[in-house]
Amino acid sequence: MEFISYLVNGLGLGSVYAIIALGYTMVYGIAKMLNFAHGDVIMIGAYISFFALMNFGLPIIPATLLAIICCTILGVVIEKLAYKPLRQASSLAVLITAIGVSYFLQNGAQLLWTSATKVYPSAMPSGSLTLGGFSISWLTLITIGVCLLIMAVLTTFINKTKTGRAMRACSEDKGAAILMGINVNFIISVTFAIGSGLAAIASVLLCSTYPSVFPTLGAMPGIKAFTAAVFGGIGSIPGAFLGGLLLGIIEILAKAYISTQLSDAIVFAVLIVVLLIKPTGLLGRKLSEKV
Amino acid sequence: MRNLSFKKAFALTLAAVMAASLAACGSSGSTSSTTAAAQAADSGSSEGSSAAIKIGGSGPLTGGAAVYGTAVKTAAEIAVEEINAKGGQQFELKFEDDAHDPEKAVTAYGILKDWGMQASLATVTSAPGAAAAPMYKDDHIFAITPSGSSLAVIYEDPDNSANPFGNVFQMCFTDPNQGVASADYLAAHPDLGSKIAVIYKNDDNYSSGIFAKFKAEAAVKNLEIVYEGTFDDSNASDFSVQIQKCQAAGADVVYLPIYYEPASLILTKAAAEGYTPTFFGNDGMDGILTLEGFDTSLAEGVYLLTPFSADASDDLTKNFVKKYQEKTGEVPNQFAADAYDCVYAIAQAVDAAGLDASKSPSEFCDALVKQFTSMTFNGLTGQDMTWSETGEVSKAPKAVVIKDGVYVGVED
Repeated sequence: MEFISYLVNGLGLGSVYAIIALGYTMVYGIAKMLNFAHGDVIMIGAYISFFALMNFGLPIIPATLLAIICCTILGVVIEKLAYKPLRQASSLAVLITAIGVSYFLQNGAQLLWTSATKVYPSAMPSGSLTLGGFSISWLTLITIGVCLLIMAVLTTFINKTKTGRAMRACSEDKGAAILMGINVNFIISVTFAIGSGLAAIASVLLCSTYPSVFPTLGAMPGIKAFTAAVFGGIGSIPGAFLGGLLLGIIEILAKAYISTQLSDAIVFAVLIVVLLIKPTGLLGRKLSEKV
Repeated sequence: MRNLSFKKAFALTLAAVMAASLAACGSSGSTSSTTAAAQAADSGSSEGSSAAIKIGGSGPLTGGAAVYGTAVKTAAEIAVEEINAKGGQQFELKFEDDAHDPEKAVTAYGILKDWGMQASLATVTSAPGAAAAPMYKDDHIFAITPSGSSLAVIYEDPDNSANPFGNVFQMCFTDPNQGVASADYLAAHPDLGSKIAVIYKNDDNYSSGIFAKFKAEAAVKNLEIVYEGTFDDSNASDFSVQIQKCQAAGADVVYLPIYYEPASLILTKAAAEGYTPTFFGNDGMDGILTLEGFDTSLAEGVYLLTPFSADASDDLTKNFVKKYQEKTGEVPNQFAADAYDCVYAIAQAVDAAGLDASKSPSEFCDALVKQFTSMTFNGLTGQDMTWSETGEVSKAPKAVVIKDGVYVGVED
């Protein structure tokens, strides 16, 4: 029974990682860049939903929608201002810019809202569902449910819609996509918009589970989710999903059965082993270098 | 080509904007402290004395531990104002922000030294204190920390409690003393619970230091520790496993030698799981009631071992609590009380040694060390306090419990 309870907790944590990892993996798949500011978009989403809940007294769904709208706009603006001018630059320059944006957002948040921790209000249904001998909190169920829903909607979007197909074309071969008349800049903007919108959802779930809001809140989940994306195969959407869930479960089980001190070491050891055996990650595809 | 240079220019502008914003962040911290210093200077000069003794100090006014730094700064200001109002030797306080960061504490030290401080409140927190202490020693400036409780603040070799700096003193208990006192208290009060679980932060000097001594003392007192859980900076948010393990082990006391922020998450998670043991903390738990947005009913019944409780009925405490509330609207915590005592202890030593503002920091250091190791001090945080040659304080700890959102002293 205890094991199932740990597993469910792991799934809940993994679902949050998975939603964040989707943002990393989509941007990497299409723009071929690591958006290290992604974690900080989560932080901005957390503050916006915090103020919507606390100061404007909005219920959770409108507060989440507000956070999604703000983060989507923020994501697109960041892309236009900071990344688009560097489209032809070396990938190292873009990476450093992303780190710069990350610092900019963190310090901006510190100036605007001070660095004192705020406690996120509990707006999600409390209590838990009791099944047989053990109980699962509604929050964990909602987190897992939202993650599955996002995954389903995103897969449909990528496979069935015209924009989705254009996104896949861009990730396969940007040059050919341009020749086919696809507006690559628009597609990249859409990718950033979706990734940042997902970050907003992740922020609400993350802060509802771990209720503290501070300017560097996105850094650690961001790094873990990035790890999950690499674990699953960066660029692959099902990979991010699988990687996120596995990372969450391994982390919780390692804590529960091996050692709370070593849990992170174990998570990263598993990552290293996976990458040694399968360098492209669990579901990553091997791409031949184009000449 | 033209297009490329435009892009370069744009990127440079962007970089400049970022750099400027970072610089703005940096300067805002020091601006606030200089204003504070200016205020302190104003209050000093309004008493008509230009020969004020300069007291420095640094602590986190921003960042995760900002509650402590702000409390110390406010309380130290109150103490300086009171002493200056009496009209004797005047004091001037300059308090810098170190954001609980050792590097920034060293920078803050440099600023204070250049300003010409003659005695110091050292740092508020332990890690910055350990970084600044060697400089206080090298420059021979007297320092007494209100709340830097780690052994590393007073010893060059903290693992063996050897090579004390000699001129860095503590107003608070050292970490080992807190751990020992906590184990003794639990042993003396079996009604709180007999099966003890501990959750501590293993990458933090403060937390693991207290825990090590607690564990050793618990073995001596035959206390049963049923679970030891840890966490660190990279997973300081998910406590589901630790709480479940405590519950599964049947712990009825959960000892939390940690700071209040992770503690608030642990309390929230335990409440969500319907787990209600007695939570027991140390000075790091102090501050949990002022955490913005925290549901204080979750902290109901939490025990803290601290030398100060704001509901004490003596005149000294009443007067201090009243002034502190007038200034901030909040009930002062133990950090504030320690800082208030630090300033008064320095003032007492200065009077006894007959020092004035014309003496050099080094002369101050010699005289103050001599006074501190020989004098007895009565303050908010204890009666008949004395200091050893190594800078450790000796005073009696006191347990308080949170009732209806305020700290209440526990009568033995």
